[in-house]
Amino acid sequence: MSHYRPLTREQLAQRIANDLPDGSYVNLGIGMPTRLARCLPQDRDIILHSENGILGMGPGGDEIVDPDLINASKEPITLIPGASICDHVVSFTMMRGGHIDITVLGAYQVSADGDLANWDTGTPDAIPAVGGAMDLAVGAREVWVMMEHTSKKREPKIVPRCTLPLTGERVVDRIYSDLARIDVTPQGLLVRAMVPGLDADTLQALTAAPLRFDEPLAVLSA
Amino acid sequence: MLDKTIASLAEAVQDVPDGATLLVGGFGASGIPTELLCALLDQGARELTVVNNNGGNGPIGLSQLFLAGRVRKLICSFARSANPAQPSAAAFAEVYRAGKIELECVPQGIMVERMRAAAAGLGPFFSPVGYGSQLAAGKETRVIDGRGYVLEQPLPGDYALVKAFEADRWGNLTYRYAGRNFGPVMCMAARTAVVQVDRIVPLGSMPPEQVMTPGIFVKRVVQVARGDRA
Repeated sequence: MSHYRPLTREQLAQRIANDLPDGSYVNLGIGMPTRLARCLPQDRDIILHSENGILGMGPGGDEIVDPDLINASKEPITLIPGASICDHVVSFTMMRGGHIDITVLGAYQVSADGDLANWDTGTPDAIPAVGGAMDLAVGAREVWVMMEHTSKKREPKIVPRCTLPLTGERVVDRIYSDLARIDVTPQGLLVRAMVPGLDADTLQALTAAPLRFDEPLAVLSA
Repeated sequence: MLDKTIASLAEAVQDVPDGATLLVGGFGASGIPTELLCALLDQGARELTVVNNNGGNGPIGLSQLFLAGRVRKLICSFARSANPAQPSAAAFAEVYRAGKIELECVPQGIMVERMRAAAAGLGPFFSPVGYGSQLAAGKETRVIDGRGYVLEQPLPGDYALVKAFEADRWGNLTYRYAGRNFGPVMCMAARTAVVQVDRIVPLGSMPPEQVMTPGIFVKRVVQVARGDRA
């Protein structure tokens, strides 16, 4: 039994934010990924896109700055110097046409091939609601998933094949969970980093798809 | 003289017939033509098909049309309340669960591009979005150069109901910040675009390079007076 501590959501957001390159255009999905907006490294220009036509989004707060300044989650946001506004045609051209460098999305399941399920929990009475998730999944140059390693019921979310409705096929490039960073490669899932104290057998036991481990393995920390 | 200004909200929507397809702007609470929707509620048109990104936004506007049984079908990307603590789409959920409304769930960017295709005189187009997902069910698909595509149909509207910031009497429009969202494409994709604005300004007072929707795409503009606010 290994002794390890999963990253908190704040720590995970900080870690992913630290991995965003200078000068990159980034779209943050609704839910957990919106936390990244508050912890971007100050020494880099990272330009955040929001699907409702905003490029150059600043951190949000609880206070409404302007009713016409909201993010994809409909929360109030600010603009940074250099921001621009466009309509939905242009905004989704950015998303679908490979102009967004990286999108960070939440997920219910990711498969060994990088299939993504993040829009429908499959519950019978759920109202189908996809938003811009499918456009982003196929259109961003890189798709990073940010999620807890297992579900609330402790079931693996990284699986051989998704059982929930798909958002996109073979779209995920890397997974950041609260336990590990895992890349989707043509040879399968490759663990690049793990939280301190976690061992390979324990991580594999929490993951339904087979894992390979990079050597040397990096430490996943904020 | 070309004058697209209309004196009242009621006049602006008076000829919307039963069975019309309406393109309704707005994303979240931003850019929603709430006062035009309220005027449409009073006007009484039924059997409507509504294209809107969300399943209503709070109790006023679209939600009232849903509850009044005026909408036969909603074409929408996100019909669920985004925040369960503030159920913005509660009325839609009630009507949908009662089996009283049809829902076509469409990826947001595809909803936009289907309207753009209609506006630009294009036919159906192939898109990779949703390939292999259940939203592609029943649609023609094709693999081209190793990538899977879904055939999507143009989505024209009979009317667009849009909120902009300023208009002149030719229908040139500007929008505030992210209130622009679906407005430009919906004006272009509808036969009759009806636009509510905060201000009607004199012709020639808008800097031409700052016009966001050229007036050719707009049929009617109506200024929402303070007393009209929903």
